[in-house]
Amino acid sequence: MSNVVLFTIITLSSIGGASAIILYFVAQKFKVFEDPRIDQVEASLPSANCGGCGYAGCRNFAEAIVKSENFDGLFCPVGGNETMKNIAALLGRQAVEQEARVAVIRCNGTHQFRPRTNHYEGAASCTLANSLYMGESACPNGCLGNGECVAVCTFDAIFMNLDTGLPEVIDDKCTACNACVKACPRNIIELRKKNPKDRKIFISCVNTEKGAIARKNCSVSCIGCGKCVKICEFEAIHMENNLAYIDPLKCRLCRKCAPECPTNSILEIGFPAKKEKPTKTEEIAIV
Amino acid sequence: MLKTFSLGGVHPKENKISAHKKIEVLPLPPVVTIPISQHIGAPAKLMVSKGDKILTGQVIAESGGFVSSNIHSSVSGTVLKIDSFPDPSGYRRMAVQIQVEGDEWFPGIDTTPDLKKDFIFTSEEIIKKINTSGIVGLGGATFPSHVKLSIPNGKKAEYLIVNAVECEPWLTSDHSLMLEKAEEIMVGIRIMMRALKVEKAIVGIENNKPDAIEKMCKLAASEKGISVVALKVKYPQGGEKQLVKALLNREVPSGGLPIDIGVVAFNVGSIYAAYQAVQKNKPLIERVVTVTGPSLKSPSNFMTRIGTPIQALIDAAGGLPGDTGKVINGGPMMGKALSSIEIPVVKGSSGILVIPESESHRHEVKSCLRCSKCISACPMGLEPYLLMSLSERNMTDRLEREKIMDCMECGSCSYTCPSSRPLLDYIRLGKGRVSQLIKARKN
Amino acid sequence: MSILTVSPSPHTHSGQSVPKLMYGVIIALLPALAVSVFYFGIGMIIITAVSVISCVIFEFLFQKYLLKSSPTHLDGSAALTGLLLAFCLPTNIPIWMVMIGAFVSIGIAKMTFGGLGNNIFNPAIVGRVFLFISFPAAMTSYPEPGQWWKYLDATTGATPLSKMSESLANNMTVGEIMNEMPSNMDMFLGKMMGSAGEVAAFALILGLIYMLWKKIISWHIPVSILLTVLIFTAILNVGNPDKFPTPIFHLLTGGLMLGAIFMATDYVTSPMAVKGMLIYGAGIGIITVLIRSFGAYPEGVQFAILLMNGFTPLINKYVKPKRFGEVKHG
Repeated sequence: MSNVVLFTIITLSSIGGASAIILYFVAQKFKVFEDPRIDQVEASLPSANCGGCGYAGCRNFAEAIVKSENFDGLFCPVGGNETMKNIAALLGRQAVEQEARVAVIRCNGTHQFRPRTNHYEGAASCTLANSLYMGESACPNGCLGNGECVAVCTFDAIFMNLDTGLPEVIDDKCTACNACVKACPRNIIELRKKNPKDRKIFISCVNTEKGAIARKNCSVSCIGCGKCVKICEFEAIHMENNLAYIDPLKCRLCRKCAPECPTNSILEIGFPAKKEKPTKTEEIAIV
Repeated sequence: MLKTFSLGGVHPKENKISAHKKIEVLPLPPVVTIPISQHIGAPAKLMVSKGDKILTGQVIAESGGFVSSNIHSSVSGTVLKIDSFPDPSGYRRMAVQIQVEGDEWFPGIDTTPDLKKDFIFTSEEIIKKINTSGIVGLGGATFPSHVKLSIPNGKKAEYLIVNAVECEPWLTSDHSLMLEKAEEIMVGIRIMMRALKVEKAIVGIENNKPDAIEKMCKLAASEKGISVVALKVKYPQGGEKQLVKALLNREVPSGGLPIDIGVVAFNVGSIYAAYQAVQKNKPLIERVVTVTGPSLKSPSNFMTRIGTPIQALIDAAGGLPGDTGKVINGGPMMGKALSSIEIPVVKGSSGILVIPESESHRHEVKSCLRCSKCISACPMGLEPYLLMSLSERNMTDRLEREKIMDCMECGSCSYTCPSSRPLLDYIRLGKGRVSQLIKARKN
Repeated sequence: MSILTVSPSPHTHSGQSVPKLMYGVIIALLPALAVSVFYFGIGMIIITAVSVISCVIFEFLFQKYLLKSSPTHLDGSAALTGLLLAFCLPTNIPIWMVMIGAFVSIGIAKMTFGGLGNNIFNPAIVGRVFLFISFPAAMTSYPEPGQWWKYLDATTGATPLSKMSESLANNMTVGEIMNEMPSNMDMFLGKMMGSAGEVAAFALILGLIYMLWKKIISWHIPVSILLTVLIFTAILNVGNPDKFPTPIFHLLTGGLMLGAIFMATDYVTSPMAVKGMLIYGAGIGIITVLIRSFGAYPEGVQFAILLMNGFTPLINKYVKPKRFGEVKHG
């Protein structure tokens, strides 16, 4: 072997060896002791780092769980009850359960129901449009349609329907992590209890203006008439600021309120179509 | 060499097409809608109810605190309705709608046009009169003037600066006011000097108003302590900080106010309103509004009663042109685009700009070229391209360190960007997030 | 009247656009192009046309088929890269070599980083350096001026810079070497061997004046580069006039003028704050002088610019523009 090659091999090997030895001792001296259970807990988490638990990423959440003595205020909405059970088994603690929830868009002001009175041309940010003015319609509480909720979702569970101008949630993908709820400057999105077959009954409106004005600007707005409040047998609906609200924890999905609403503001999702009662003329024809 | 500010600045086309139009008094409309919040600070508290008979100049809503302002009726008549009406904020807010009947003034107000030169009031009396008369900054900021006149303990005012710059393109309300009411303005300046207890006042006027400069110079020559300075035409010379820098070569410290360096600045329209308030007991119920635009039949300057619907002004200027794309409350750089013209003129409405459809749309956004033209344009020495980039990525801590709160939202950056990037949009978003951060930190 | 448009302020625009800036620079290069065509004839026309057309076509192909985004090949930036690349090449290289250079400039130095606005290194220089290192023989033989109808078969010779560096290595003194060089006026007017666009200092300076007038670039980078080179070569020349050529010689030869005025001032790869631009320019000047005077290559501008391009993000991070109302502590 020529001198150059030999010299190169010896030099590089020595540098490599010396570095390895130095790094080993430095790693030993500056080693930070960490509870090995943190790694175990982190492994059982979904690793989405979405912040839905309220902590900065899955590792931070795992540290908080191991540090605390119980599960107070600690729940991973993405992994759900299954994940929390696994973690409880790991740490030898009692598991906690929470109702599954899903994000619900409480505005039905499509182009058809809520006419557009102007054209917005700023940056596609709902927060910006909200601070500028009411929006492309005359309803100051309605969905602005710029898609900030779509942009923050890390699970691809929400998309903008370009025909209606409103966002739509894909229930199967939604993990109720709360990101879209926080992003919406008009508090239109709410996390509501997830029912079997993804059924939902809710007032699809957050407008608090007086009925006559709300109705003028959107044909499916809640006008605060109170008929739904009266008809509910379970006292699940209450009225505040000209706006009705159905409590998802009290609602039994009996479907009595929806037909009462004069503006069709209450949406029933996931139910079979109601059978039509035969009219008098049809009865006569049968005979 | 004309004085100017050293950092940044842009040169939009001036378009002062209504500059030589004499101020026309707009006839009273049939109905006025007066919002109870036309100023920075707490909204005023309602003092009237439906059906009440009102006189011109009567208080209809009382100041809601120290940083607030009285709202006066600009007409005489009957209260039609008290409800939420669309106003220049972009939302519907509480306003008093009055059916106009005649023009009967509240007792004690001097409605004669005679010039009253002398005054005997003390500083405290002047500040009180300005407070009760509902005077706010008429340059557009609408900050209650009595608050600015109340110098905090430990600080002392040395100069009064009169902002007659009117750097926004198209607007000529201050210009026309100076041409017709220069003597009254001089009295107003002396009144404000007494209120502030200062010996020196400087009037800053951009060089594209030579007739106004000449008139004011002539009058100032016989006034002790008042000087008039012509400034280079550059936007945003009318910004308070830029004006102080150009006239006195002093920089208002970051996060501070002009009083920190011994200066208080007022718009020339506010000074005229102060003259009316102190010498004539006349509250702020009308102002000069420029109605202008390339397609308008007769762009003009109108003396308008507060609460007049904008539709009335546009009709008086020849009607809304068929090719209208945007209607702006204010100038093209900092004004607010309206979603409908069914809103009233308020204290801060310096002008209505009607832009044709062909000029109403933004260009396609391209990627940042890193050409640094936004940095050269920024009068506050910021880096708009960086602020937009950080804002898009929600890096709020770094935004605060990069001094985003110094931004005065003048629009020079977006105006200059060759890639038509919405720089100011994202900077505004960033500012909102940083203010929330600062508020959360205080708690 | 259709419905009103609402957007946040400002509601007006200066009219400045990317094509206006890019085509403005191309116009500024036209005097140099004209002079080069005058000296190098058909060779210049061929390589310029091939370079510009290849760059535009490659940008279109990359954007449409690889990146699947809307093509912006006509905004002038690809054409400008093509023109600048052609200006750095000898006018007698074959067409396929020019196309490889265009491919590297657009495809590797620009598109892989994310397209316009995202590249770290000046694309034209990267293409030039690639060709220089891959085809050293072809890239270092320059045609003599005046052969209008000769392209690939032009008679070649060495540039003043390479001749100077060779002769110095052979222990001739600067004084002796200068007798065999074209006169200063000849060099100023471009009558010497060199790359297509770098020869005529006066034409390039005309371009600089045009760009300053149209506010396309500011004076800071070209002036800081040329001033730094002037000062350092003056120091060296005064120190040892036999070993180090005069400042005038340095300023007029090689790609310094072209680099200082058109390459280093590329928006994307140069710093944004004024102080940063001066530091960047000084860096380029110093490195150029070091390479030319002490390095293995006779010409150092291309490497100097690439090295300082690498520093640009660091300069942008730490060198901030002057703030208004800066509160001084202490």
